[in-house]
Amino acid sequence: MMGAPAAALEGGFADPVLDAQSVFRTIMDAMARPGSVLAMKPLVVPPAPLGSAAGAVACTLIDADTPFWLDPMLSAHGTLGAWLGFHTGASAASVPGSSHFALIGDPMAMLPLDQFAQGSQDYPDQSTTLILQLQSLSEGAPLTFEGPGIKGRSTIAPKGLAADFARQWRDNAKRFPRGVDLILTGTDAIACLPRTARLIQAEN
Amino acid sequence: MNAQQRTSTYNFAYLDEQTKRMIRRAILKAIAIPGYQVPFASREMPMPYGWGTGGVQVTAAILGPNDVLKVIDQGADDTTNAVSIRKFFERVAGIATTTKTSHATIIQTRHRIPEVPLTAGQVLVYQVPNPEPLRFLEPRETETRKMHALEEYGLMHVKLYEDIARNGHIATTYAYPVKIEGRYVMDPSPTPKFDNPKMHMSDALQLFGAGREKRIYALPPHTQVVSLDFEDHPFEVQRFDKPCALCGAEQVYLDEVILDDRGNRMFVCSDTDHCESRRAKGYRGELGGAQ
Repeated sequence: MMGAPAAALEGGFADPVLDAQSVFRTIMDAMARPGSVLAMKPLVVPPAPLGSAAGAVACTLIDADTPFWLDPMLSAHGTLGAWLGFHTGASAASVPGSSHFALIGDPMAMLPLDQFAQGSQDYPDQSTTLILQLQSLSEGAPLTFEGPGIKGRSTIAPKGLAADFARQWRDNAKRFPRGVDLILTGTDAIACLPRTARLIQAEN
Repeated sequence: MNAQQRTSTYNFAYLDEQTKRMIRRAILKAIAIPGYQVPFASREMPMPYGWGTGGVQVTAAILGPNDVLKVIDQGADDTTNAVSIRKFFERVAGIATTTKTSHATIIQTRHRIPEVPLTAGQVLVYQVPNPEPLRFLEPRETETRKMHALEEYGLMHVKLYEDIARNGHIATTYAYPVKIEGRYVMDPSPTPKFDNPKMHMSDALQLFGAGREKRIYALPPHTQVVSLDFEDHPFEVQRFDKPCALCGAEQVYLDEVILDDRGNRMFVCSDTDHCESRRAKGYRGELGGAQ
């Protein structure tokens, strides 16, 4: 880490073992109950513009086995890549299609979902998990989902998604069992959309 | 229900952090693709394969200091496998353990699902010996993987049909294959088929760990789990002639216990916690003694 600014070294988990466990349980519960918004304590302080919720998810799941990809908005801040490298041991993937995790700071302008690794029919698990940083998980246009993990229907209102997200997400579902999974992060909460979450209603 | 002092020479819950992350990532993929077996780098555990290393690794990866762990072996809290796994986690994680189903946040099981319906805050972790439902029909992994990829499950129906041709009914009584959300055929681990209906639309998250075979799979809550059958031979669960001899429970899974060498036997609840709670409430079966 020669020459890395102090900002790249500070702000990780205070208790790496138990903090990672508690964040993972939140992610696991959110993935098992798509569309439910779960609170997330600010356990890490990543360099701007990455928020603490997205940063905590990254520190919990990413390591040397899983290259990450940053969207142009996040990769423009050099300290952030160094911070993730220092706290997770992971290296950056050169192209989104070879990344295990993709961090998206500007979901409105993000690459289409089919540009990320989709997995294969034989190994559908070998797909990218996208960590999206949104302005809010409750103040946007409502999206209603059905599927495994959802009792009846669940509605979430993420603010700051791409304009054609509904169409992209329906296409993602058509690729099942291939496809990407999303971890949506707000300032102090997360929600998950696994590929099985069927979008049945979108207002716009 | 008392938290033990943890052996501090091990990392919390025994596994190193990189291993936990690897297992955690596999769990998330497994939840996202219900019924699909996610390969994972299963570790050596301080117990032999076949003693629940898959379930132990899944439990270790999700366990936190506030969890309350229950471990059952064929429904019983007091058999060797269950007692030693409970002691293992008391020692390496210092967590509280319980035998009461309703008190537990994580229940690790070798082949039974508790009789009391599980709730939204609970996670059921299965120890799985053979995760591949097609393995005894097709030994090659390359072929079974292709069969799952192409959703080609005709062979499984042939097997169930052969059961009917030979025995007049579907003779499979445990590890009875299920189809998840109309897509993946899954081995529910060797639970008696009596428990299959409890998997369907359960409120709890269900995780399956196969240590020797290095696979993790999952059922999110509220997921459709359908036991395979035929229109003219619908799926049926085991029935018992008499209620539990100790607590008088009906519609539960019973174990046969031999009482002497003159052929006397009784049938009692396999779920020991269920049986004990009923007896504590005053329910009695024919051999349960005075009220």
